[in-house]
Amino acid sequence: MNGIHDLGGMHGMGPAVREENEPVFHREWERRAFALTLAAGALGKWNLDMSRYAREQMPPAEYLSTSYYEHWLYGLELLLAEHGLVTGEQIEARLAGETGGRVRDQRPPEGVRVLRAADVDELLRQGRSARVAEDIQPRFKPGDRVVAREIHPVGHTRLPRYVRGRHGAIDRDHGVFVFPDTHAMGQGKKPQHCYSVRFAARELWGAQASPRDAVYADLWDDYLDPA
Amino acid sequence: MSDPHHEHDETHGREHGAPLGDTELRVKALESLLFDKGLVDPAALDRLIDTYETKVGPRNGARVVARAWADPAYKKRLLEDATAAIAELGFAGRGGEHMVVLENTPKVHNLVVCTLCSCYPWPVLGLPPVWYKSAPYRSRAVIDPRGVLREFGLDLAEDVEIRVWDSTAELRYLVLPERPAGTEAMSEEELAALVTRDAMIGVARVEAPPR
Repeated sequence: MNGIHDLGGMHGMGPAVREENEPVFHREWERRAFALTLAAGALGKWNLDMSRYAREQMPPAEYLSTSYYEHWLYGLELLLAEHGLVTGEQIEARLAGETGGRVRDQRPPEGVRVLRAADVDELLRQGRSARVAEDIQPRFKPGDRVVAREIHPVGHTRLPRYVRGRHGAIDRDHGVFVFPDTHAMGQGKKPQHCYSVRFAARELWGAQASPRDAVYADLWDDYLDPA
Repeated sequence: MSDPHHEHDETHGREHGAPLGDTELRVKALESLLFDKGLVDPAALDRLIDTYETKVGPRNGARVVARAWADPAYKKRLLEDATAAIAELGFAGRGGEHMVVLENTPKVHNLVVCTLCSCYPWPVLGLPPVWYKSAPYRSRAVIDPRGVLREFGLDLAEDVEIRVWDSTAELRYLVLPERPAGTEAMSEEELAALVTRDAMIGVARVEAPPR
């Protein structure tokens, strides 16, 4: 989607402000929102691409006026509701102080595996590789000239607007990966090669850019055409 | 409120404190609901938080960089297969499944961003700082890298090529900064102490130690 999250190349956002000795979290609720997101993700009901897509659906004005973990909270609430685990009404009721029907230690729904403290280290150590062990032919090889497709999918995509329609060159082939555009929409992994594509800064931004500089983006076969 | 982030971040757009209280309550409500439904284990939440507050952070990446500076064979492996070389030091997993290391030289300077969200190499750098996840850096790193670097105190000569790496897929990038002059006699541990998070993102250089 052509969402507000796709920020590359925008003006007017102000200077980047670095905080000296910045803590990992600034508030207790940020700690909890972070951990709740990871723990809920470990339930196995949705994938990482769906999580990103959920955050992208935050209304643009709200996205720009809220902080990072508020984006995460928005995405988490959306996914929990979509999967029937927690509804917005239940959150509102809890906020209103209504605790009727509260059952502690209720058993989770069938087929849901709850993350336990003893499993956290292993979960993080394993990670979640998006690489797919399938022998799929690459459409391009390093050095090939390519053009990023001028497409505007209304669902999730990892093709930033600022490279669409622009010419570049394949820098390296990273191998076969899950394709986020379908994976985020529940339409399968559609495994294909993902490449670093080098775009000259002047190809993207015109004569104002340095003639030496370049931007590299990681792009899948379905984002590219030969040039 | 004495929250430095909210005091400094002019783009944040919220009055200090006011609606944040709502967010705080909302997170509490959500956590209590998830707990009541048996969907989260509070001990697991504590473990997740503790991991990223106390165990995983840029000191890990600094060890990788120091090893690469001290051991040419390691550096070669790191540039060829970063995921495997980083795993040699025990760092792997969530947010760093597929690593790429980018070497800075006197003529090439690498800078890492995620314009679409906040992709960042967790096993070696921990969780990203607020500026990395915020609109100013994400919007400008690709269109005006030299201006952004100047704001971070780094003024690069025109003949230095800047390569900006937008983390749009599941590859995660770590910059291998240039080893500063005057560090030839230093141990790997001493070298690691010089390496900063910012240098491994590419918004700073590693400074030589004061003589």
